[in-house]
Amino acid sequence: MSALIEIIIFSAAAAGALAGGVGVVASAQPVRSALSLLLVLGSLAVMYLLLAAPFVATLQVIIYAGAIVVLFLFVIMLLHARSGEERPSKLRGQRVAAFVLSAAFYAAILAVLRTVRSAPVSTIGSEFGSAQFVGGALFTTYVLPFELASMVLIVGIIAAVVIGRPFVR
Amino acid sequence: MSVPIPYYLALSALLFTMGVVGVLVRRNALVIFMSIELMLNSVNLTFVAFARQFGTVEGQVTVFFVMVIAAVEVVVGLSIIIAIFRTRDTMDIDDVDLLRG
Repeated sequence: MSALIEIIIFSAAAAGALAGGVGVVASAQPVRSALSLLLVLGSLAVMYLLLAAPFVATLQVIIYAGAIVVLFLFVIMLLHARSGEERPSKLRGQRVAAFVLSAAFYAAILAVLRTVRSAPVSTIGSEFGSAQFVGGALFTTYVLPFELASMVLIVGIIAAVVIGRPFVR
Repeated sequence: MSVPIPYYLALSALLFTMGVVGVLVRRNALVIFMSIELMLNSVNLTFVAFARQFGTVEGQVTVFFVMVIAAVEVVVGLSIIIAIFRTRDTMDIDDVDLLRG
């Protein structure tokens, strides 16, 4: 891939991710927030492809865009969320303080990024990031965490069923 | 790699900051939840970028586990939000203050 095309794709994906991020935070209606989240997730999937991680990009589309955002939309439809005008916060000056502290936080991260000299980018083979490459590590070195993750999934399913049962006094 | 890794890291930091702003400013429980997802995703981008920089698989494996935990977290969190909505008929987090005393 030529350098110019990669820069163009990165810029487009970054613009999409940032626009989506603003949409998630600033949208008045939760539905628009959910669709903005979808834009962020798609843009990040493109970035994963640029970073030689096609398997992670596939997972991103299937799990996040396919399952999680649909679940969000489902709940929004289910509760047909009281949208629109949020009441002002009970805490005085919370909004201003939130923006100032967040800006300081971002400035701190950028300061670190500017001072730290980054290591050279290593050369990788063509199979880097493929399903076989990641799956090989998952089923050999990280097989125990992998099995534990399945148990966490089971616990999550049971928890959702228990919480979702009809409320009994 | 014509786009340097620090660019990805700066973008990831900006997305994370947006998620922080969303959690701090918004009152709707669903939107706060989506902001948390935004933060999780920005950290995933950092992991993948570092995996590319060092040429190791561990970053991508970590992203896999983050996605699993995020899926479980969404399921449990949304069911809690639905339970709160059924009992208190609100999604505004300022209305849920039973522990305030």
